[in-house]
Amino acid sequence: MLKDEDRIFKNLYNDLGWEIESALKRGDWNQTKDIISKGKDFIIKEIKDSELRGRGGAGFPTGLKLSFAPKEIGSRPHYLVINADESEPGTCKDRDIMRFEPQKLIEGCLITGYAISAHVCYIYIRGEYFREGQILQQAIDQAYEKNFLGKNACGSGWDLDIYIHYGAGAYICGEETALLESLEGNKGLPRLKPPFPALVGLYGCPTIVNNVETIAVLPTILKRGAKWFSSLGKPKNTGTKIFCISGNVNNPCNVEEEMGIPLKDLIDKHAGGVVGGWNNLQAVIPGGSSMPLLPKNICETITMDFDSLIKVKSGLGTAGVVVINKDQDIIKCMARIAKFYKHESCGQCTPCREGCGWMWRMLERMANGDSTYKEIDLLLDVTKQIEGHTICAFGEGSAWPVQGLIRHFRKEIEKRSHEEPIIKKKTNIPYLVDQHLLEEEGA
Amino acid sequence: MPKIIINNKEIEFEEGMTVLQACELAGEEIPRFCYHERLSIAGNCRMCLVEMEKSPKPIASCAMPATEGMKIKTNTSLVDKARKGVMEFLLANHPLDCPVCDQGGECDLQDQSLFYGLDSSRYTESKRQVDEKYMGPLIKTQMTRCIHCTRCIRFATEVAGIPELGATGRGEDMEITTYLEKSMESELSANVIDLCPVGALTSKPYAFEARPWELKKTETIDVMDAVGSNIRVDSYGWEVKRVLPRINEDINEEWISDKTRYSCDGLLKQRLDTPLIRENGKLQKTSWDIALKLLIKKINLFKPDQIAGMVGDLADLEMIYSFKSFFNNILRSENLECRNDRIYINPKERMNYIFNSKINGIEESDLILLVGTNPRLEATILNARIRKAYVKNQIKIYSIGDPGDLTYPCEYLGSSTSIIKEILSGSNKISEKIKKSKKPIIILGESSLYGEKGKYIFESLKSFLEENNFLKEDWNALNVLSQQASRVGAIDLEAYSISEENNFKFFDKLHNNEFKFIYLLGQDNINFEKNDKFIVYQGSHGDKGAEIADIILPGAAYTEKDGLFINLEGKLQRAYKASYPPGDAREDWVIFKDLSNIMNKKSEYNNIQKLKELIKKSVNLKINKNNIKTNKVDFVEENILIKPMDYYYTNPISRASKVMSECRQISKKFLFTGVEKAS
Repeated sequence: MLKDEDRIFKNLYNDLGWEIESALKRGDWNQTKDIISKGKDFIIKEIKDSELRGRGGAGFPTGLKLSFAPKEIGSRPHYLVINADESEPGTCKDRDIMRFEPQKLIEGCLITGYAISAHVCYIYIRGEYFREGQILQQAIDQAYEKNFLGKNACGSGWDLDIYIHYGAGAYICGEETALLESLEGNKGLPRLKPPFPALVGLYGCPTIVNNVETIAVLPTILKRGAKWFSSLGKPKNTGTKIFCISGNVNNPCNVEEEMGIPLKDLIDKHAGGVVGGWNNLQAVIPGGSSMPLLPKNICETITMDFDSLIKVKSGLGTAGVVVINKDQDIIKCMARIAKFYKHESCGQCTPCREGCGWMWRMLERMANGDSTYKEIDLLLDVTKQIEGHTICAFGEGSAWPVQGLIRHFRKEIEKRSHEEPIIKKKTNIPYLVDQHLLEEEGA
Repeated sequence: MPKIIINNKEIEFEEGMTVLQACELAGEEIPRFCYHERLSIAGNCRMCLVEMEKSPKPIASCAMPATEGMKIKTNTSLVDKARKGVMEFLLANHPLDCPVCDQGGECDLQDQSLFYGLDSSRYTESKRQVDEKYMGPLIKTQMTRCIHCTRCIRFATEVAGIPELGATGRGEDMEITTYLEKSMESELSANVIDLCPVGALTSKPYAFEARPWELKKTETIDVMDAVGSNIRVDSYGWEVKRVLPRINEDINEEWISDKTRYSCDGLLKQRLDTPLIRENGKLQKTSWDIALKLLIKKINLFKPDQIAGMVGDLADLEMIYSFKSFFNNILRSENLECRNDRIYINPKERMNYIFNSKINGIEESDLILLVGTNPRLEATILNARIRKAYVKNQIKIYSIGDPGDLTYPCEYLGSSTSIIKEILSGSNKISEKIKKSKKPIIILGESSLYGEKGKYIFESLKSFLEENNFLKEDWNALNVLSQQASRVGAIDLEAYSISEENNFKFFDKLHNNEFKFIYLLGQDNINFEKNDKFIVYQGSHGDKGAEIADIILPGAAYTEKDGLFINLEGKLQRAYKASYPPGDAREDWVIFKDLSNIMNKKSEYNNIQKLKELIKKSVNLKINKNNIKTNKVDFVEENILIKPMDYYYTNPISRASKVMSECRQISKKFLFTGVEKAS
């Protein structure tokens, strides 16, 4: 279990107050000037050494991403965009960071803004986080008052302005290019890649888009050193991570833990165990709704980090752990997730637009015992046709949970399915064959 | 040149090409729905997926820039599976109502599902139902068939310049709509019908008229404006069913205006199919023999000076030449006029009345000055080019005279001729800008050349350009925008009567009632008092000219004869016969030949070949610079008012068209009574 002194987010439960005074007491904005004075290369190298991976879901190495930004500012300005459109069902880590630890985020914005030569930072918050946005705005105002932002921010010689933009509640706007489109005032439709946002992003300028948690942990990493951060967790899956545990647990909570903690520990020690005891566990979605679920036997031993979860054909995603116990109808749960994806598909590209609705309808029928055995394979085929053929990763996000269901609970679906109606089967008999000959053979 | 490997075949490609274009170079066909050469890349249909080495997922070839050494495969099982999958998804919610769909036979979805799709459907859920949308009198919608390729949206925003089409809703509920259920306010709107790869947007006037394989297709030239768009006329027997664009990169690219496309139903209505004679104020049917003899009897009553002829807007070179030959050689009259109004022309040099910068040249230009013209209505396709240049190069466009709503931003400089004086003297800021620009374009519209000011505006701007060395062989900035298909050809054939001092000699004589016998050759757009004049009208439609005529001779419309046209750039183009004249109507040159024969005078030609040879001899397509200096023209203080144009009603064919009337009613926002409805 993570030691208290290794926690990055000390105020995750708002025991100490979110205002800037209490944040200063916790060590925020301490040494910020010194870090910036060490230069861009130092910051990026330190982040690379810490092996921090993006906390938004894809797990892309953050240091590498920051290094993609052009070294010098050319004719176009650079932008830093913070993705606070936390819409993944089962995930609520960014929300607590924004309302209880806003100064960590703001400090991270300044350091990252300096590292990628951006003078402007936009924070794109989902529209539903209205109160969180208000608190964040107050926190930004407080930081401005202390001269931590604006001209010569924090005495570092770097200018940075932060603006908050509220989304309108579309899941797809959490995809980085759709987020940029939305920020520009267009419909939130993902862009084609290449070109990648690091070169052609917001308003056609070099832009780095990062998740709230990724940015919020940066100041602490730089203050305590990359070595400290990489000493936590497992190799290539270093540091700490906020896990959001929800579903059929006695005590749903957000908790900061070391990467690579066993899932069983996470549920038992922090979330008060599964409702009805560990044996009542049916499945766990380890990383938010878009990750394939894991059945109980895998949950026994699995550790929560990017690479171990990929090995069992799932993923850490946003670390939104959703626990499903045996009281639930697992097919119905997945049908509900499929419905969510059908509702949130942006409709731009064909496979996702047409496939999501198809998957949802089939799953609904499977849950109601209205399907045939053949259709299980058809459903799997449909998910394979969506996966990898779309513009953005939404296609995978919608197809994977269904694939996970079929992979681990095929028997459950088969139990409710039936054979194809006999009338349909007979259609294979060719018309041109003499019927009486067939009858003889059959007899 | 960089190289790319496609299906193990190495091929050279040009910098900036996409993988899809490179594949086409290699002869590999890539299926696509959303990709279109002239629109921005959307990459949303996912039909063009191909396999790229080192990429775990297939890539959308239409959006991926080709780079040196890329290894692409288009024939692997991965690609095949991807195509089949996408095709299945596209067809999942498509109604498959091909037997009742007008797109049947020319549908991309049909063709591509045949080659790349599965043989049967696995989708057993109920299909999506989408409400019909109202998009005006030209576009019929059946939005259930839509595959959301967004070609129509991109066309409206990028080419037409009216962001009136868009998608509402998300995911499965995404719908293409005009938001307010109103018609598209663009003169190019019907091009979305051609762009639509499926039957979602089809042609309303052509609904359930014919199947594409039943139609005879004739590639010809349009006459609705002076641009000379290249078109394909599809006819079924005598009837012209529809008009489609043909690709000509130098003129209309791939677009045609709504007027070009939908005036064709006017070819079936109001037609003159038999000679008519006015007796006691009423028109009576008669035979060719009687009509022509009466005509000659009347001609003989007048002196050549009293006889005048006017050439209409839609006349081809054969018509004009035979008319002129008839007048000059047989009637010995020089009173010929091709203009409709007092528009200044200076036919001494060919560059004085054509669009010298060429339509293609607009894209290279860096500054455009419109003088008394509204290109959006006067030459829709040319206007689309100006917009393209604006979108591509962000060029500055200025206007003298208020052109109203154009499809690109245009700075209005004022409407007085004194602005031109300022430009000449250099006191206007635009003067310096023109001098500094490399390839400026000055477009003179008819409204600027109208009346007394015309001579001043034309000659002074020309000398201004001459002084600044903009009238060179490689770049000529002087452009006159004609509005009539016949105009440049008629001037080339010298069908005008002007004198050194009076440019409007003909009109003065006309209004002084010096002419007693007037021969209107398809001329319907002229206003004069009839008084005691004897009027002969020869043309295809019963319109304004026929109304006042004493003898009517039925001629052929532009789709019913082979003819030569010279467009506003001075480009000679040949139109082909798609149909034949109705009833007793004849091709016009035949009428003049018959007239000469009846008068026992020998005409220059006996057959169409001879006539064509004569035309070729007399038309000089080369711009020979004569270096004729014109005397300094006195300044005329006047306002340049752009003449309001009844866009859908400019010629007898469009006036006869029901579809054009509907468009006109909608564009003018006529109020409807309780009984009528807008549809």
